[in-house]
Order: sequence, then C-alpha cells, then structure tokens
Amino acid sequence: MNQVPLVDYLVLGNQPHLAVNRCTSCGANFFDRRNACAACFGTSFEKADVPTGGVLTAFTIVTFAAPGIDVPFVAGVVDCGGISVRANVINTPPDPEHVSLGMKVRLATYSLGLDDQGTEAVGFGFEPA
Amino acid sequence: MSASEDIWILGIHMTKFGKHPTLDSVDLGAEAIIGALADGGVTMADMGILAAGNLMGSGGIGQQLQKQVGQTGIPVYNVSNACATGATALRTAIMAIRAGECDMGLAVGVEKLAGAGLLGGGGKPKSDEKVWDPSGRYGAVANPDGRIGTNTMPGVFAQIGMEYGHKYGGATFELFARISEKNHAHSTLNPLAAYSKAMTLEQIMGDMMIAYPNTRSMCSANCDGAAAAVVVSGEKLRTLSKEQQRRAVKVSASILTTDPWEEACQILPNVNTLTKNAATQAYEKAGGGPADLDLVEWHDCFATAELVHYDNLGLCEEGGAVEFFESGATWRTGLLPVNVSGGLESKGHPIAATGIANIWEICQHLRDECGDRQIEGAKVGLAHVIGLGSSCGVHILEKSGL
Ligand SMILES: [Zn+2]
Repeated sequence: MNQVPLVDYLVLGNQPHLAVNRCTSCGANFFDRRNACAACFGTSFEKADVPTGGVLTAFTIVTFAAPGIDVPFVAGVVDCGGISVRANVINTPPDPEHVSLGMKVRLATYSLGLDDQGTEAVGFGFEPA
Repeated sequence: MSASEDIWILGIHMTKFGKHPTLDSVDLGAEAIIGALADGGVTMADMGILAAGNLMGSGGIGQQLQKQVGQTGIPVYNVSNACATGATALRTAIMAIRAGECDMGLAVGVEKLAGAGLLGGGGKPKSDEKVWDPSGRYGAVANPDGRIGTNTMPGVFAQIGMEYGHKYGGATFELFARISEKNHAHSTLNPLAAYSKAMTLEQIMGDMMIAYPNTRSMCSANCDGAAAAVVVSGEKLRTLSKEQQRRAVKVSASILTTDPWEEACQILPNVNTLTKNAATQAYEKAGGGPADLDLVEWHDCFATAELVHYDNLGLCEEGGAVEFFESGATWRTGLLPVNVSGGLESKGHPIAATGIANIWEICQHLRDECGDRQIEGAKVGLAHVIGLGSSCGVHILEKSGL
C-alpha cells in the first residue's frame, strides 16, 4: 500500500524515525523547511536522524481543541538525545496518573486513514517505553 | 527639540474591562484616548505621534481613532506584536520622543474579545482530506495542530509551566491553582476587572479543565477593553504645571526583546530567556534591581505562566519560584505583590490593551490613587508582557520626585 507521512520529517519504512535539517556550520536542528539557520545564519543543511527514544520534559492534557481533533489528548515535548521534539503522547490513557514528567517514551506510528486514491497517511506520537 | 533620555507618562487611562456589547473598538479606544488626554491635562493638539494597536480588528485602528478624537495630521503607527502590542505601541511613542521627533506622544491599545472562545487552536481545518496532499513548511498532509502537539494557548502555556516543574520540581496542579486563587482574591478590590469574585481552591481545581493543569478559572479572560497613555519628554514636562509634574510617572526603563535562538525554542515557545534578557536590560537601564520594586504586574495569561516569571524577573533564585510563591510574598499584603489588579486571569485580557493596562495599574499605585488596593508608599513598579512568538516588553516606572 502507498503510504505518506503526516509531515515530511517523519521517515517511514521498517524503522520509522524522525529526521531534522541540521545546520552544517553550527549543528542547530530544525524540523521545518529552511531558508537559513536561525542560530548562525548559515544556509547549508544536512539530514540527520533523531533518536526514537526520549524523555517527556513537558506536557499538557488538552480538553478543548479544534474541530476534528479527538479530546482529551496529551501534547508534549520529548527530549530525544538532546533534540527536543513536539509530539502527542499516545497509546496510554490521557490522564495525570498515566502521564508524568520525566517518563521514558519511544516513537510510535499510527494510521490516519486512506484517501480516495488508496494512499494511507501515517502519523506519529510517543508511547510509554 | 533635542533627543531626550528622560521620558514620563503624563496621562493614562483604562476602560472597564469586560463585555461592552454596545461599544465597538473605536468607541473603546476613543474612551481610553480621551481619558488619557484629560488625565494628563493636554489635548490632541499637543500630540506629535499616535501609536495604536488592535489585533482582531480590520486594520488601521490608529486612523479610525483619529477620525473620532482629532485629525491633526500627525504620523500614525499601527503596531501589531501579539499580546505585547500595547507595550510595543507605548514604546513606539517613547522612541519617537527619545529620537527628538516630538515632545509628546500618545499610545493606545484596544480589543473586542468578549465571547471569542479558545485562541490559537486549529486554524482552518482541512476540509478536503480526500487526497493526502503535503503543504506548508512541514509538508503536512493534515493539520498538525492536535496531532503533533497543540497550538492552543492554554495548552502551550500549560507546557511552559510543566517544563519548569520538570526542571526544578514542586509545580503541582494545586500549586498552579493557588496562584490563580491569589489573583482572583486580588481582583475583588478592582472595580475595572472583568471578573472580581474571589474563588476557593476547590472551585478553581474543580472548574472545567481546559488544558491540564489549567482549568477555566486559571486562564486569562477574553474580554473587551482599551487603555491609552500620553508620554512626554522630561524637558517638556518641566514646562508644565506643578500638578502635572507631581502626577507624572517616570519611565526609567522601556525594553522590548525577542527570543534569541536556543535548542527547543522552535518546538515549545521559550518565554523565559527573552524575559530574563528584558529584565536584565531594564534593571540596568533603571539603575536598580528586583529589590527596589514595590509591586509588579505581569503576564499571567495562564496560572502556569505566572510561576515561571518569578524566576525570569529575578524575584527569586534560579529554580526558586515555587518556594517564593509559597512564602506568600506575592500576595497584596506580601513583600512583593504580583498582579494586585487581579491579573489577566480575572481583570481580563483584551490583547492589545493589556500592555498599557498593566502600566496604568502601576501608575495608579505610584500616584497614590489606587483606592482600596493601594500598595502603601509604592515608589517603583515593573510591568511585563509576553506576546507569544515571541516578544517581551518590560517597563520600570518610578514615582515623580518633581
Ligand atoms: Zn547554524
């Protein structure tokens, strides 16, 4: 089946992972399309893989969100070997008993469904490790 | 005219914050301007510049206001800097005076927000999710908001407070709720606040959860309101009446910063570093430090946000915000009252007005005109705002010695 990632920095395949645009001058990491480096103003970037395991350094449990988003869900920041990643915490109940600061998590993917051409979109989150 | 380093607030006014169903942005902004001019004993004819902020309107608020309060041909700057818009407007007027372009200027911020609901969430949902089609700077095939973290303001600021807790510990749901309890208690003495009811810890924690750990009563209140200020050079002030000189408030620092790049700052907005930088510059400019402050008004857009700024503004040791709050220092009766007005959680947060309304609150205390909530003997105050994205405005204000 054809698959497409939710965002272009999610690399699918046998071992799904995230990849950053890394500034070749100063090593700053970015997830978006770049015009230049915000840290050193350089314009040369290379792809670098982000570790799939990390630690949850901030989170919130969102009860009110945009239409089409199931609530409640856990949004947070995961420190993956020194690279901070914005993501949801998935595959665990969205409550303060099951989600805690400092918990170890790992990357997980899930299906967003098929489009009319039969292509499946794949999203990611982090689940308790 | 020569460039002036010596800047003062001559007149300042804020409208009642809350629901104003019969007034539009121009009505509210005009009320603030006319009030500020009257407070300063001057007219539009004395103004050399108008800086105006309004985020949710159709644009050109400055000229719309001129058409009601006085068209004198002066330059208008329409400014937009998220929640720091009001502070940016004020600073624009200050810069014009400092540059020697004029000796008096006017800044105004106005917003109609009552009933606006949740801000920052979602944007346009993709209605055509029939074909997964990558777009935008992340090549996203569906809206990332809610699927990859959250862009809702209560959720973003919840994480900012939780991140502080992860670093330093002690930041529990109850602690954040107690910060909110303080600000709601303060609001009972502020007749201009949108909400002026005390709330118990149980009521706050039991209120509707918006984005854990922020319940509804721990979120800033969307409301209507406006605030305006007249600023004047020291040289000009000394030509005005004794009474105007006595009531004028000295702007001993006016600082605006943005966030310098650091790891993670494009993942979760970092409201800490730019606030620390602004505070450092402001204390240096004013020639003092946190120990000199008698009161502070800052950007408690959410209870989780208030906590981190105890640290960022240097009121406590690094990592000591929880302990500092628990000491009781930031209550109105404490050593260094924070958000005596009730803060954004109860006074309300009409975005573009907030940065000038915070300064109005400080000015009222420094002039000894703050009624029941007057901080006795207040001589120095600090006003702080954060506009997410981010900008930080810090103003240090001093009682007139003239
Ligand atoms: Zn670089």
